[in-house]
Amino acid sequence: MSIGKWLQNHPRLLERAYQFSHWFFKRLNPLISRFGYQRTDRLMRTGEEWSKKIIFDCRMCGQCILHSTGMTCPMTCPKNLRNGPCGGVRANGCCEVIPEMKCIWVEAYERSLDMPVFGPDIIHIQPPVNRQLEGSSAWINMLTEVDKSVPRGWGNG
Amino acid sequence: MVEVQLDTQCLSEGRLEHVLRSGRFAVTAELNPPDSADPQEVYEAALVLSEVCDAINATDGAGANCHMSSVAMCALLTRAGYAPVFQVSCRDRNRIAIQGDVLGAAAMGVCNVLCLTGDDVSVGDQPQAKRVFDFDSIQLLRTIKIMRDRGMFLSGRKITDPPQLFIGAVSNPFVPPYDWRAQRLAKKIEAGADFIQSQYCFDVPRFRQFMRQVCDLGLHKKVFYLVGVGPLRSDKTAEFMRTRVPGIHIPDEIVERLHKTPPQKKREEGKRICVEIIQQVREIEGVAGVHVMAYRQEELVAEIIEEAGLLPRPRRIGGPEPDSDRDRVRRSKSK
Repeated sequence: MSIGKWLQNHPRLLERAYQFSHWFFKRLNPLISRFGYQRTDRLMRTGEEWSKKIIFDCRMCGQCILHSTGMTCPMTCPKNLRNGPCGGVRANGCCEVIPEMKCIWVEAYERSLDMPVFGPDIIHIQPPVNRQLEGSSAWINMLTEVDKSVPRGWGNG
Repeated sequence: MVEVQLDTQCLSEGRLEHVLRSGRFAVTAELNPPDSADPQEVYEAALVLSEVCDAINATDGAGANCHMSSVAMCALLTRAGYAPVFQVSCRDRNRIAIQGDVLGAAAMGVCNVLCLTGDDVSVGDQPQAKRVFDFDSIQLLRTIKIMRDRGMFLSGRKITDPPQLFIGAVSNPFVPPYDWRAQRLAKKIEAGADFIQSQYCFDVPRFRQFMRQVCDLGLHKKVFYLVGVGPLRSDKTAEFMRTRVPGIHIPDEIVERLHKTPPQKKREEGKRICVEIIQQVREIEGVAGVHVMAYRQEELVAEIIEEAGLLPRPRRIGGPEPDSDRDRVRRSKSK
């Protein structure tokens, strides 16, 4: 088993790591802000892509919701579903599109049960993806809060 | 014939919503679009179905195969006075195209819309195509709800005359993750689903278990659940469907039962199984109707509905024959 898979199957650890990174970046925010978000984004992008690629097979959507989806990247679903599984999941729990891959939502749900802090967030409705953020650093987007901006009509539903 | 009282709480002007809100058991049926530019083919299929159901589903590239578009089918159906359910899948269109189509469909008199993720392009006849999936089904549901209830596009831009739609979603309790399927239904209701049409139900015990969860969560009071049913032509068809068509679960007992039936009686037996399933699910708490999907066996739909004891279908008060959703929209607007 790859290191990434091993880590993903220990979502509690990843949840802690997320909490730490979140705290770390928030603390660093004044510095990053002074240095410039765009400049930091350019510097961080490759490292972020590389590290998240190894663990999560990250697709750099730029608006990371891993902690709300059982530390399983929803963009690795061939249909990019961010709100739960489609109706095509095979009886053995594998993907409709890639039969040898386990449905990422089956995994997401299982993993979310082992996440005491963010696990329950899996039931939240996720807004449509902002395709303009593709390829940018999700951590920087978290600091500037553009990852939380939703279309004006979406509002609170 | 039973007549349905208009309910003041109705969100659309359609017959399906009126039947459901009046507490009657609803019947919908699927119309498979032709591979033809001849509207007559749609009308002929619709004529048979309209007599026995409350709304006709116009599928949107089902199985990722190319057919006449669902929005065009709806245009033909409303023009002839039928009540279609406009199926919208997320596979082929982005958010701009979908919102435009929804508005256009409503303008043509469509009162019901069904939001689906859609089968993947890889299962269809053109697997080389680009998959869109700009929305997922829940984002699609909420977007249509925003258009209807808040009178605006997703962007926030105002819609001068919002579409009055009865919004539907799909549900498949027969595939993993089983324990989360009721939760997923809850999410769809929160996103805006008014009614549900499920995937084919061949496993009644599993469905019963699912509905128990649904009722425990109180969801049966928030949504009208229509169970998907359909006749199996033979054990070979059943085998094909459960192995090749995504999301269809057929228990071994059913395949076995068809296998034991002599060849000339297989079709009849498949129909009988379908009727039995309708009668069984009808008794389950939270079930508001059935959705009959008889792919390439549309001629059986009327027999199934009749044998299941679901005729006559209720008609609305004061409508022309057959009552047109489009006419009703026009009448209400001219008031």
